[in-house]
Amino acid sequence: MSVIRIPPTLRAQTGGEREVIVEGETVRDLLDDLTSRFPGLNGQLEYANVYVGGEDIRTRDGYETPVSESDTVILLPAMAGGSTAENAAHFPRA
Amino acid sequence: MSSYRDLLEETRQQIGEIDVKRARELYGDAVPAVFLDVREREEWDEGHIPGAVHLPRGWLESRVEQAVGDRTRPIVAYCAAGNRSVFAARTLEELGYTDVVSLAGGINDWKRHGYPLEVPTGGLAPEQRTRYSRHLLIPEVGEEGQLKLLQSRILLIGAGGLGSPAALYLAAAGVGTLGIVDADVVDETNLQRQVLHSTASLGEPKVESAERTIRALNPDVEVKTYKELLTSENIDRILADGWDVIVDGADNFPTRYLVNDAAVWHDIPLVHGSIFRFEGQATVFKPHEGPCYRCLFPNPPPPELAPSCAEGGVLGVLPGVIGSLQASEAIKLALGIGEPLIGRLLLFDALTTTFTEVALRRDPDCPVCGDHPTISEYIDYVEFCNPLHA
Repeated sequence: MSVIRIPPTLRAQTGGEREVIVEGETVRDLLDDLTSRFPGLNGQLEYANVYVGGEDIRTRDGYETPVSESDTVILLPAMAGGSTAENAAHFPRA
Repeated sequence: MSSYRDLLEETRQQIGEIDVKRARELYGDAVPAVFLDVREREEWDEGHIPGAVHLPRGWLESRVEQAVGDRTRPIVAYCAAGNRSVFAARTLEELGYTDVVSLAGGINDWKRHGYPLEVPTGGLAPEQRTRYSRHLLIPEVGEEGQLKLLQSRILLIGAGGLGSPAALYLAAAGVGTLGIVDADVVDETNLQRQVLHSTASLGEPKVESAERTIRALNPDVEVKTYKELLTSENIDRILADGWDVIVDGADNFPTRYLVNDAAVWHDIPLVHGSIFRFEGQATVFKPHEGPCYRCLFPNPPPPELAPSCAEGGVLGVLPGVIGSLQASEAIKLALGIGEPLIGRLLLFDALTTTFTEVALRRDPDCPVCGDHPTISEYIDYVEFCNPLHA
């Protein structure tokens, strides 16, 4: 079991959940488990960066990066918001 | 009871002295001694040994630990003629400094030998010394740093949620020139967080409202306004005005990518911030030293993954936290001090009051700052949102 932090831009797809506990040994397993629980996330995760233990998985083994129980997984889609919240709509649901 | 003469000679016997020739050798060492100037401000301003630390004798005991943390570091104390520095040297020894000498003959003798001298040009005016006194007290800033800030030029992209606190703190800090790019006018929904503007400025262009607020706060600051939407057509012209740091408080992806690419090509550090609801993030993209925005997100997401058009919302104080962090980073970059957020992304959650940091790495395959760039011209992305998700 590991904790995945859901970014605010994706919480509409997780029923507002900020953190989700998922099963698996690798990042791929965890994300598969996550999308099976919240199918609305299907196709939404490809453009998010993924961090395990504070490190970008691209600098480790990508989706095959092993995840231990104590690791927190952070999903990070690009955020654009700054000047005007009116344009916060332009965040990608990556 | 001893006279001043007696006391001076007695103390002189107790401390070490060197002449200016020996001091000149120490000055040229690979690891030079700390030259500690214990004279008054006016004397310092008339000329001092380059690189010396200025600490008037009246402040010696209370501030020397901040100025010279390592008590084993060699210190050459000097004054005008080598008398006050005798007493300063003894005080330093009493404070536990183990390698202290006084410069016999002082800076007068140093000058007579034609050794290097630095005469500050255009130091702080008396009213500036008062206004920035709390900066002057910090060893990492000091007068030299404050003068540097007054000569710094920082460009703000956006005078909105993030740009507001950033601009206010940069102006208050005495950043000499602030550029502001924003095409919008102030509307009522802005006032919940955009603290540069006020009810009286409703309907006014944001750059004008911002300029007025900044001038009222600090007349030292020159404000350069660009009432235009940043595009591939005007970005080079705006950057050609010369900027030391860019603070990105943009609200949309096309601008974020444009500013990132320009920062890389113009080699200007970019302080990034973004906010959404209760959460924000900040980092520093310093070209060629760390990653750029495209190392994180090489391209905007495809249209089918575009966000909904629904209002996102943001806690009004959140840009205050993130924009202030951006101002702090920009000041550090302008001064060249500390450890900026290069290669580190700071995530802030106001709801749980937690800061999290993740590591960002430069991507050698980055299309803009990588080893073999594939993008060499600005791209005007079309802003999109997806009504199907609304």
